[in-house]
Amino acid sequence: MADVVKVFRTWSSPFALRVIWALQLKGVEYETIFEDITNKSPLLLQYNPTYKQVPVLVHNGKPILESLVILEYIEETWKENPLLPEDPYERATTRFWAKFGDDKLVPSVRGVLMTQGKEQEEGIPVVIETLKLIEEQLKGKKFFGGETIGFLDIALGWTANLMCVFEEVTGIKFLDAETFPLLSAWIENFSDVSVIKQNWPPRDKLVLKFQAAREKCLAEAATK
Amino acid sequence: MAKSVVLLDCWPSMFGMRVRIALAEKGIDYEYREEDLRNKSPLLLKMNPVHKKVPVLIHDNKPVCESLIAVRYIDAVWKNKFPLLPSDPYQRAQAEFWADFVDKKIFDSGRKVWASKGEDQEAGKKEFVECLKVLEGELGDKPYFGGEAFGFVDVALVPFYSWFYAYETCGKFSIEAECPKLIAWAKRCMEKESVAKSLPDQHKVYDFVLMLKQKFGLD
Repeated sequence: MADVVKVFRTWSSPFALRVIWALQLKGVEYETIFEDITNKSPLLLQYNPTYKQVPVLVHNGKPILESLVILEYIEETWKENPLLPEDPYERATTRFWAKFGDDKLVPSVRGVLMTQGKEQEEGIPVVIETLKLIEEQLKGKKFFGGETIGFLDIALGWTANLMCVFEEVTGIKFLDAETFPLLSAWIENFSDVSVIKQNWPPRDKLVLKFQAAREKCLAEAATK
Repeated sequence: MAKSVVLLDCWPSMFGMRVRIALAEKGIDYEYREEDLRNKSPLLLKMNPVHKKVPVLIHDNKPVCESLIAVRYIDAVWKNKFPLLPSDPYQRAQAEFWADFVDKKIFDSGRKVWASKGEDQEAGKKEFVECLKVLEGELGDKPYFGGEAFGFVDVALVPFYSWFYAYETCGKFSIEAECPKLIAWAKRCMEKESVAKSLPDQHKVYDFVLMLKQKFGLD
């Protein structure tokens, strides 16, 4: 029986992009269903009743949720171009840093993107310190995965295009080449990989989207 | 270090309990080291410099941090005994999803129940009960989350049972009244030696919570 693979995503979701990259790197054919987050399809709600979010991977009718869980599923199901190291200790380390990115970097960046004034000022060093820890993981390596991109490159890949979008929206520089030489080089190398390059959402559209999101958030905070 | 497996832990930590259960399930001989979180040992700071938290599993001098990552590591290294994760990728993904749900939802809402008052506490209670009910729904009529055998999601969730008396007393509600099947499941898990010896007494946890409330001026 031929595999039927579907991905529910939005045009901009960085978490959905992880799934797309992994499937394309492994040469898996899939169908894309674009969702409008303001008007979610009954099918999305049926597949993801818990969080009602994208991405959702549906493989032969069975849904898999949460982007990092989906990456692990893709890795175990399609064995071409392995994304995780084989050694259990190295796997644990990779998973630690992927979780760190989601648990620490994402909220710290959101904390600067969606605030202003003193609150925003106080958030900036948190982002810098978090990025420094991630920078250290690149010592002696071209990619987090070594010579080729792997699980952690995919997990942190959103930084390669979105950090400069956020810098434009906030007017704050996070990732300067002097403080982060390894991350800056990684961004260039990562963005050069064809699977990554061909899937970036349009930058100007992203800037508009995050500008609007920031304004909305600030307005809501002002009314509290 | 004399033993090749060391666990840096703190007795009331639900996250530490997960690793204790996994080690016990696999029959692994290890050294347990109790950390005083107000006075963290140099070893803890060296082994978990990023978060400076427990639990930390140390295997042959190499640290594995984050409880669910440590449980998965234990399952992979000692793979021939009592597997905790299913071998089927789809079943595995389901187990990972639900363990992640426990991480995202239960700790924070549970914390609001014991650490806050008034409206905040009521909101915490509501969210806590709602999330437990979702988990109860996922359990269904199965003896364990993994089906017939105790597994990853059971390991992820059952430590919170040791905190239930504290949540109930602080929040003035009954978890059994709201989620009877979940309590039945927890009691079933407690019949397993690996779980019973890894979870502290609920009253001892409650005394600990009272001490925390007093210390942080939350009472």
